[in-house]
Amino acid sequence: MATAVPPKTICSSHLPRTSILTRRNSTSNAHIPTLPSPLKSLTLTPRRSLLTPLFAAADTEADLASFGSTTTFHGFCYVVGNNIDTDQIIPAEHLTLVPSKPDEYRKLGSLAFVGLPTASYPVPFVNPGENSSRFSVIIGGDNFGCGSSREHAPVAIGASGARVVVAESYARIFFRNCVATGEVYPVETEEVGIWKECSTGDIVTVDLVGNHLINHTKGKDYKLKPIGDAGPVIEAGGIFAYARKTGMISSTAA
Amino acid sequence: MAASPLTATGSAIFSKKCELGGSISSSSPSLVAHRCRKHSLNKILAVMAPSRTPQRPPSTTGSVKHAMTMTEKILARASERSQLEPGENVWVNVDVLMTHDVCGPGTIGIFKREFGENAKVWDREKIVIIPDHYIFTSDERANRNVDILRDFCLEQNIKYFYDIKDLGNFKANPDYKGVCHVALAQEGHCRPGEVLLGTDSHTCNAGAFGQFSSGIGNTDAGFVMGTGKLLLKVPPTLRFILDGEMPSYLLAKDLILQIIGEITVAGATYKSMEFLGSTVESLSMEERMTLCNMVVEAGGKNGVVPADKTTFKYLEDKTSVEYQPVYSDENARFIQDYKFDVSKLEPLVAKPHSPDNRALARECKDVKIDRVYIGSCTGGKTEDFMAAAKVFLASGKKVKVPTFLVPATQKVWVDLYGLPVAGSGGKTCSQIFEEAGCDTPTSPSCGACLGGPRDTYARMNEPQVCVSTTNRNFHGRMGHKDGQIYLASPYTAAASALTGFVTDPREFLQ
Repeated sequence: MATAVPPKTICSSHLPRTSILTRRNSTSNAHIPTLPSPLKSLTLTPRRSLLTPLFAAADTEADLASFGSTTTFHGFCYVVGNNIDTDQIIPAEHLTLVPSKPDEYRKLGSLAFVGLPTASYPVPFVNPGENSSRFSVIIGGDNFGCGSSREHAPVAIGASGARVVVAESYARIFFRNCVATGEVYPVETEEVGIWKECSTGDIVTVDLVGNHLINHTKGKDYKLKPIGDAGPVIEAGGIFAYARKTGMISSTAA
Repeated sequence: MAASPLTATGSAIFSKKCELGGSISSSSPSLVAHRCRKHSLNKILAVMAPSRTPQRPPSTTGSVKHAMTMTEKILARASERSQLEPGENVWVNVDVLMTHDVCGPGTIGIFKREFGENAKVWDREKIVIIPDHYIFTSDERANRNVDILRDFCLEQNIKYFYDIKDLGNFKANPDYKGVCHVALAQEGHCRPGEVLLGTDSHTCNAGAFGQFSSGIGNTDAGFVMGTGKLLLKVPPTLRFILDGEMPSYLLAKDLILQIIGEITVAGATYKSMEFLGSTVESLSMEERMTLCNMVVEAGGKNGVVPADKTTFKYLEDKTSVEYQPVYSDENARFIQDYKFDVSKLEPLVAKPHSPDNRALARECKDVKIDRVYIGSCTGGKTEDFMAAAKVFLASGKKVKVPTFLVPATQKVWVDLYGLPVAGSGGKTCSQIFEEAGCDTPTSPSCGACLGGPRDTYARMNEPQVCVSTTNRNFHGRMGHKDGQIYLASPYTAAASALTGFVTDPREFLQ
């Protein structure tokens, strides 16, 4: 029975990944044997399943049990600095897009991080003309998501296909919006300055059970703070989905 | 096989406490210490003072056995608890929910998706819907969003919807107000002791009335819309004691820029900021709003000013709803005190691209500017324009750069054309602005504070340098990604307009 609940790999639940990314990621298998040993006992199996069917859709049922199951993300990282405000994540001119409308949701994904200054960020997070990003993990510094309360910000990141941000700390409203929408896991690092050691395009794994971030390209391993009670809410798909799943509110709308 | 230890580990991790959002807001508040910038402002110091008991009226909420701050008390009452501690998560009854044209349609979408197409809002009199962001634009989606609000308000019979239909002439829309935070105050929706949530980060503006007010996202707002409640984490409180006579060349904007420069843009994350002291007591309601408006720029969850006779006077003709102010107990626990001698402060700016990038205005006198913008919830109120007019009047000169004036609300616009400016022999702001060569005050809205659609009035479409009375100077905030924004008080903005450089207003006010 132990195998009945396979460790869950969440990639993008919203958008199909490009085949390029899948290929690139499977080549990164080669890095795995160099992982530090203490983690092996915990995560060996999930890591295998994580890497092989990398962006195969996550098992859609089994989710109730999956509160305790693995949540792991793997792929290219996109690295930003301190105080990334929500105007840079999604500039205000695009706030006419309504996230609850599916086509506009997708459009928001294509615009994620379009407000970053080009001089400092020559590589776009989403290539022009595409709807989704080839980066699956965002790595940032202090106070990520500060500024405007626009929920469009975590939605744009989630809609782009990225599901996890790893930063030193978060602005309050952004963190809460990540959890409420279930769009993005906002994970905190134990140490500061990781973003300075990582480069956009590095291949990384974020393991929310072992609470660490592995930079395979650089051969480094960093501790993360546990996501805690927010994890199951995000995994369920946000506060409403979580509340239904756990019986806090009735399962169907009137 | 290997999955079983995993599952076990996992369940151990997650079985601790799985209530909804148990830690939604529990991400570490750990971020403050390591960002202290070195400022060249040695003269202006925030000194951490030993806890001092300000003279305050006793608690009005009965038992004082468990000392609480204002914010704790408001949340205790709203959650029907006799006492609570910072860090607790409580279900709070919301008094007013505000949304606007940028986040309203998404909130409505979530409300309908989750509660059903035919669901009714929890209380049609407690939801205030204010189109204000993208109004005077030909952007079809922006216009559609206002239509979505209108349809919803009709369907739900929402009592307070400040509609606009005739975009060609805002004055033809008697219901239209303009910038939500200022409209909330002017229309009597801000009341001491209450809980106000809004889908806008500057909802904290209403803390000026001694109430709890904070910004939330669409999903949370959709939840409130259906239930009237929200799970909130009780924040600990930082106390800011501002004493001393306010120099004639300073405004509340200087005070809040001083504070944000001191504690950084993350210095109050997850925390409440309470402002008191003799200077705060001397501030008008609009100035108190400026102070509270920008607490989110320090990461604050909310800001509060204790209600007093200034508050009650302001509310006299604005609301008939009974309210009950609350005050921090004498022995309430504040996690930190900051004390400022306001009489020693000087006019400030926040340099690009962060609101905590503080500098003295006079230190930036060599910064050449291309334009000045006076407007927004932070700096577009009647008194903000009065202050700018005072500088123009004192100088008797003309502006050297384009100067854009965007009144926050229709009421402010009327004031610009109707109220005489002190010492001007009866001239109005609009006359003074015209004589100084400013652009004619435009239709009230959020305008270019946040850039907005391309055809937004005064949007920064070129990489220019702007002195602005708004609240954020992030990359791209007012339009162009490479634009540079210096945040300043209306005095400093007007003085800068007159010289074409960032300018200390004492050059004209003394």
